[in-house]
Amino acid sequence: MARTLVGVLALQGAFREHAAAVARLGAEAREVRQLKDMRGIDAMIIPGGESTTIGKLLVEWGMLDPLRERIEKGMPVYGSCAGLILLCREIENSNQPRLGVLDATVRRNAFGRQVDSFETDLEMPELGPPPFPAVFIRAPVLTGVGPRVRVLANVKGQAVAVRQDNVLATSFHPELTSDVRLHRYFLEMCTK
Amino acid sequence: MEQGTIRLKTGLAEMLKGGVIMDVTTPEQAKIAEQAGACAVMALERVPADIRAAGGVARMADPTIVKKIMEVVSIPVMAKARIGHFVEARILEALGVDYIDESEVLTPADDRYHIDKRNFTVPFVCGCRNLGEALRRIAEGAAMIRTKGEPGTGNVVEAVRHCRQVMDEIRMLCALPDAEVPNFAKECGAPLEVAMRVRKEGRLPVVNFAAGGIATPADAALMMHLGCDGVFVGSGIFKSGDPAKRAKAIVQAVTNYNDYAMLAEISKDLGEPMVGIEISSIPDAERMQERGW
Repeated sequence: MARTLVGVLALQGAFREHAAAVARLGAEAREVRQLKDMRGIDAMIIPGGESTTIGKLLVEWGMLDPLRERIEKGMPVYGSCAGLILLCREIENSNQPRLGVLDATVRRNAFGRQVDSFETDLEMPELGPPPFPAVFIRAPVLTGVGPRVRVLANVKGQAVAVRQDNVLATSFHPELTSDVRLHRYFLEMCTK
Repeated sequence: MEQGTIRLKTGLAEMLKGGVIMDVTTPEQAKIAEQAGACAVMALERVPADIRAAGGVARMADPTIVKKIMEVVSIPVMAKARIGHFVEARILEALGVDYIDESEVLTPADDRYHIDKRNFTVPFVCGCRNLGEALRRIAEGAAMIRTKGEPGTGNVVEAVRHCRQVMDEIRMLCALPDAEVPNFAKECGAPLEVAMRVRKEGRLPVVNFAAGGIATPADAALMMHLGCDGVFVGSGIFKSGDPAKRAKAIVQAVTNYNDYAMLAEISKDLGEPMVGIEISSIPDAERMQERGW
């Protein structure tokens, strides 16, 4: 079987780190900057960065609707931080562009500003022991999730990692650590 | 739970990559920048071109303005402190700004020492013209580096020079035999430990942006080609004919810096760019890039 070709949305943000993580696990990574780059990809990662910036560029390059259609047809997608925000149906106090494929409500900058950013070891039963080193940078949280959404991890009782069928989202940044378990979990979603 | 770690400080800069950070002096300008797709804004009292024109002592912006800008945008807000002025920096940290620029654009408060940035929770960005300067700033705790360029001129030549200089020296450092590294570090004024890290990783250990003199989408794309991770734009936007349009064009140019047909499209009908200053016409004493030690 051909290697999984993972698109990494490269409009802005920490896309190189995600590409490096999936490449380390034996998949092929392709930076996606324009609509034509999406041809032939098996999955998509939406990286951390600025959700307003990435959302605007998705609209300007005519990629928002085609990407949404691909996800709705079952293409696996993983969003970290800004990526999670873009996946959500509801964004509190914001009408910014989004994909809206994840049945959840997100609160941006939920922990405060950069001085409130933190690292913590997170229990994620789905990934097994030991706890996952989670890096939260101006991170969002999910304040409400629909019935199809499975919560994979919590911080202070609020969801920070979720899965809804082919959609995976975390409000932290596994790409900033050397722990590849979450990327491996995503690649397994791509082969099943 | 840990806060203020080096991973968190450098991590925010990683999230800004491929983006444009815009100088703003009012909440209205901050909104324009956010709507154009800026990944962060830099709050300051006057843009560099006006600092040049006005003369006098340039200081940290009024906290009221910084606060107002923080209230109207959801993207990160940076602010500038004078070189060595750790009290201005503490005030900005207390206000909750997301990044502090210890900046040569403002009048330096200390002519020998920079701020000891390691003791702060908030991350810092600092300017450099060469590898030694970049690595000294990193040793002091800077979590992000930018070229100094020559601010407020609309002339990209100095940013190009500084970027090429840093990249050249990194390549040289990586190619040296082990025995020559300590002397190389001494010659360029770089702390040996940080130089060893650069040698191991083949790149700066923190994100490196372009700054100082970027005025057009082509300038921004040029800096990306030279190896920068993103760009700062100050006077180039709000001293041009149509700031909103130019801001948006520069954001698009940074993402698609290697698609020339698209850059041609993006560069059309942007109105008047800022007038600009020829570097050789600026007396040595007025060159902002000479500040910092």
